[in-house]
Amino acid sequence: MADIVIDHVVKDFGTFQALQDVSLVVEDGEFVALLGPSGCGKTTLLRIIAGLETQTAGRVVIGGRDVSGLTPRKRGLAMVFQNYAVFPHMTVFENVAFGLRMQKASTADVKRKVERAAALLHIDSYLDRYPAKLSGGQRQRVAVARALAVEPAVLLMDEPLSNLDALLRLEMRTELKAVLREAGTTTIYVTHDQTEAMGLADRIAVMYGGKIEQIGSPLEIYATPATRFVGGFIGSPPMNFIKVRCEQGIVRIGNITLPCPAGCEDMELGLRGEDAMIAADGSGIPFDVRVVEPMGSHLLLTGSINGQLARIVAPPTATINAGERVALKADPSRLTWIDSNTGRAVGRA
Amino acid sequence: MIAKRPGGLRRAILSERERPMPARTSWIPYALIAPSVAFLGALFIIPLVQTVWLSFSAGEGVSLANYQRMANDLNFGLAIRNTFLLTLVVVPLQVILALVMATMVSKLDKGRDMVLWVLTIPLGVSDLAAGLAWLSILQNTGYLNSALYALGVIPGPVGWLSQETPWTLFFGIVLAEMWRATAIVLVILIAGLQLIPKEFSEAAEIFGASPWTRFRKITLPLLKPSLQSALILRTVLAFEVFAVVYALGGRNFPVLAGEAYTWQNENQNYGVAAAYAVLIMAISLAATAVYLRALRTRPEQLP
Ligand SMILES: Nc1ncnc2c1ncn2[C@@H]1O[C@H](COP(=O)(O)OP(=O)(O)OP(=O)(O)O)[C@@H](O)[C@H]1O
Ligand SMILES: [Mg+2]
Repeated sequence: MADIVIDHVVKDFGTFQALQDVSLVVEDGEFVALLGPSGCGKTTLLRIIAGLETQTAGRVVIGGRDVSGLTPRKRGLAMVFQNYAVFPHMTVFENVAFGLRMQKASTADVKRKVERAAALLHIDSYLDRYPAKLSGGQRQRVAVARALAVEPAVLLMDEPLSNLDALLRLEMRTELKAVLREAGTTTIYVTHDQTEAMGLADRIAVMYGGKIEQIGSPLEIYATPATRFVGGFIGSPPMNFIKVRCEQGIVRIGNITLPCPAGCEDMELGLRGEDAMIAADGSGIPFDVRVVEPMGSHLLLTGSINGQLARIVAPPTATINAGERVALKADPSRLTWIDSNTGRAVGRA
Repeated sequence: MIAKRPGGLRRAILSERERPMPARTSWIPYALIAPSVAFLGALFIIPLVQTVWLSFSAGEGVSLANYQRMANDLNFGLAIRNTFLLTLVVVPLQVILALVMATMVSKLDKGRDMVLWVLTIPLGVSDLAAGLAWLSILQNTGYLNSALYALGVIPGPVGWLSQETPWTLFFGIVLAEMWRATAIVLVILIAGLQLIPKEFSEAAEIFGASPWTRFRKITLPLLKPSLQSALILRTVLAFEVFAVVYALGGRNFPVLAGEAYTWQNENQNYGVAAAYAVLIMAISLAATAVYLRALRTRPEQLP
């Protein structure tokens, strides 16, 4: 059992609060992705879990054991550093073997496990080279192999594939997922690449400004964002937000009305570009198309709704010209209503 | 970015690169190093050549007479033994002490600069002054004896620095040298430690390395270039040790540089003094060569 409980963790750097009351539970064997923009506190949270940084308040519990006061090496986890931290004075082999050597593994064991980790990350042909002679992406894979070689119960990865080309990243991503699932490794995976998070994670925790905005499965995060930030951060194109006024449970846009949840007047209607369909009968949300970009798999339409910028995805075969006004329809259950004042979704359980 | 731009800019950059360097610039580097060459030549190479020449010239032509005279001198064997003994004891002790101190100082969050500043004060004291300061502590009527007497440990003045107590004299010199010159090693090592990113040690810690293992497997190997510089500097200076020894022991503890001084000033024999000087230089050069080889860092192992 190696579940991770992060319990109301706060981290202050002087007067700057890098983490504001972060709580997160990662089940045993679960793969959680920490997703968020640069500087939102992902690395800080990871370093606190690892014990490299001491939290200002709160607890970290791993496998039922409160590790808040323990040194990193007593916490029994492995980590891939954002800047690799591959030892420059050791060969790739010795780098990958480092954790095993610290565990006093037998020579045969070390060799076997290093070779397996190296093969998985396609670095087996550089084992006797020094890191200075490797490319950034190769060095990064050495860092991942070093963490995988010890077969940890808990694995923390800080943007471990950020430096790989798209093709290799996709391949590594799939292999990593398979290996970690098979080993039942509890994983926290930091990334600011949303497709990576969506593809890999059992659950995604979206962070913003030192807080966790939402935790949920990739689908939940995508379909039902809890805040304006999450909706705008996840998805490509990001969710469209259209300012509306809700009066007596009704919102008017163009010539149609939509039922809206009660609770406030100033709202934003969150509409995913993919959820909008072009109504054949011409009745719906009016959308003035300004630019049409054929993307192959779809058409990306940029234009405005009620004078506000919006991006809509249309089927590749649709015939729509710039300057045209079309009507949009959407399944009401796929709409998100945001309270303009708080930025949080309303009308959802 | 450049490759994407067609036409003018790209061509301009290429032709800039391909154009051979104009001939008139070729003398500039020489002109720039000329002052230092002149300086070195006047103040280092010429005296060096003169000294070497002096050491090989005794009366009529070139000979080894000065070296023979040096080697046959009663104090020669002692001076060699003492100088090496002192170097072999002082340098390792200083490096170990400086490593410990540097590790502690680099762990400080606040007041680091202040601590470093205080620790380097002895560097500002000339070696003769340092020797005299320790003499005032260790001599018969010095502070040490006064303190011990006041505490009732000794009945009267005890000679620590006399010919009859060679080991306490040696120990006193070691102590004074440690006090005087450990800080230079410290400064070099702290500068070296600051160059090592803390992630390496952190990664080692995550993977289960104890503090001692981290020091041995991560810090020490990455500190090797600085250790090399510190060792070369300190060892060369240790072979030249003179003023502290002279202040504390006079000729009771002969060392090579001290013998050179004696032959030069008391015996007025410049030839033998020069032979000593050349010997010290040869030993220093040999020690430097050993360090350069033994503590070599291959370029691919640098961070
Ligand atoms: N040691 C420190 N001292 C002061 N501020 C720090 C320190 N470490 C991090 N911060 C601040 O805390 C905030 C969060 O930093 P963190 O490194 O966790 O961001 P991140 O989410 O990992 O970003 P990125 O995606 O760019 O890696 C940043 O604003 C950063 O400036
Ligand atoms: Mg980071």
